[in-house]
Amino acid sequence: MDFSPSREWREINARYRLESSMCERCGRIYYPPRDLCPVCRRKSIGAMKTITLPRRGEIVTYSVIHAAPLKGFEGRTPYIVAIVDLGGVRIQTLLTDCEPDEIEIGDEVEAVFRRIREDGERGVIHYGTIFRPVRMPKTSVHAH
Amino acid sequence: MANTVGIVGYGSYIPRYRLKVEDIAKANRADGKAIISSLGVYEKSVPNYNEDTITIATEAARNAVEYAGIDPKEIGAIYVGSESHPYAVKPSAVTVGEAIGAAPWFTAADLEFACKAGTAGIQACIGLVAADIIKYGMSIGADTAQSKPGDALEYTASAGGAAYIIGRAEPIAVFEKNLTVSYTTDTPDFWRRERSRYPEHGGRFTGSEAYFKHVINAARRMMELLGRRPDDYDYLVLHMPNCKFPLRASKILGFKLEQIRPSLEVVKNIGNTYSGSSLLGLARVLDGFAEPGDHILMVSYGSGAGSDAFSLEVTDKIEEKRGRTKRVDDYIQDKIYIDYVTYLNHTGVIIK
Repeated sequence: MDFSPSREWREINARYRLESSMCERCGRIYYPPRDLCPVCRRKSIGAMKTITLPRRGEIVTYSVIHAAPLKGFEGRTPYIVAIVDLGGVRIQTLLTDCEPDEIEIGDEVEAVFRRIREDGERGVIHYGTIFRPVRMPKTSVHAH
Repeated sequence: MANTVGIVGYGSYIPRYRLKVEDIAKANRADGKAIISSLGVYEKSVPNYNEDTITIATEAARNAVEYAGIDPKEIGAIYVGSESHPYAVKPSAVTVGEAIGAAPWFTAADLEFACKAGTAGIQACIGLVAADIIKYGMSIGADTAQSKPGDALEYTASAGGAAYIIGRAEPIAVFEKNLTVSYTTDTPDFWRRERSRYPEHGGRFTGSEAYFKHVINAARRMMELLGRRPDDYDYLVLHMPNCKFPLRASKILGFKLEQIRPSLEVVKNIGNTYSGSSLLGLARVLDGFAEPGDHILMVSYGSGAGSDAFSLEVTDKIEEKRGRTKRVDDYIQDKIYIDYVTYLNHTGVIIK
């Protein structure tokens, strides 16, 4: 097996539910969550609160990946890595359900739960939250 | 009605990609127009390469929690019914439970009964809630239906799902007399052996001895138990392997076209979502058609074979909760057409 099931398992709360931590001293929010605020340091002990990030936001910037650097993504190029703003918190994420030429900075995105990668045909499947453009449906239900 | 168990919330999810039946026909050198007129299905939903039963079930479950307006920690049971669970061993329901924030105090299991495993889960939830063992139970029917390229199933096998939260508090529709009826026999009309990638089916055998016998018997028995006739119902929802079967079954049962039409739009536009099929049909009726006091008869069908029947009475809570989440039609309309080759890539037949 190429990657560790336990390492991914430790990140489930953040990956599945967008859980992050807020330092109640300075108000900074961290995603993935941290046990300590790197700014307030020991003064943040006991003051880190778990919060959930909003599930809608907008694209701050993005990059189209043509040569996958990570195992498990080789067959999926080109894919899009973006920074999205979720109510003031900016996180790095994959964008899905769209082609690179269909998106623009500032576009609204929504969270979706997806397969992130899998360890071959026999290994564990990693799931997590990524984002896709919010589309305004233009057509009505097919009047067949 | 105070002691009655009902649907507290529900949610749907359908992938964004669509493949036209005509394009499948072209790939198989078949007559697309003849196939469309025979099946009554125009296009089908196709999962993206990163979607599976777990991701579809999770999206539907999240919508259901939002619609119900409950704390997910109060959900005491989660069942995922599917014939395309991503793992042979490791439950889909645990990932759904973690993702919606229900963990760790809930019981969970994956169910399989071809296209009716989702309604089997609802029956288990009705029992647990009626016995006051849990406050809320959630059952999800979701599938990324598998079909061999070139097989007749390929025209309709699609992807999608719906989740239902069962409980006593503020239901939008109640199960009349807490009843559910099942008609089950050993009928080899459709199956998939362990380690086989695609299901096999009995061709013409899937009709009268399978779908019609089970659906009609379950529906009739439910009406008998409640002293009802077809015209006492406002809506009929049946499992929809295509448009033709449920339409014919509704005629045999004595229902009118208007009673079944709202749910049939689902199969016309996205195909057969297997475990999600009857549950998405019911979701569409609850989304935009059912009014307080209306009665709905729903009968699922799973090959192998069995049918589960439910008789629902809609309450006034539906007006308060309606519109809190995306509707089936929002998902039906949000679509991107792909060609047959892209479809083969999405479903893992072609991997680069």
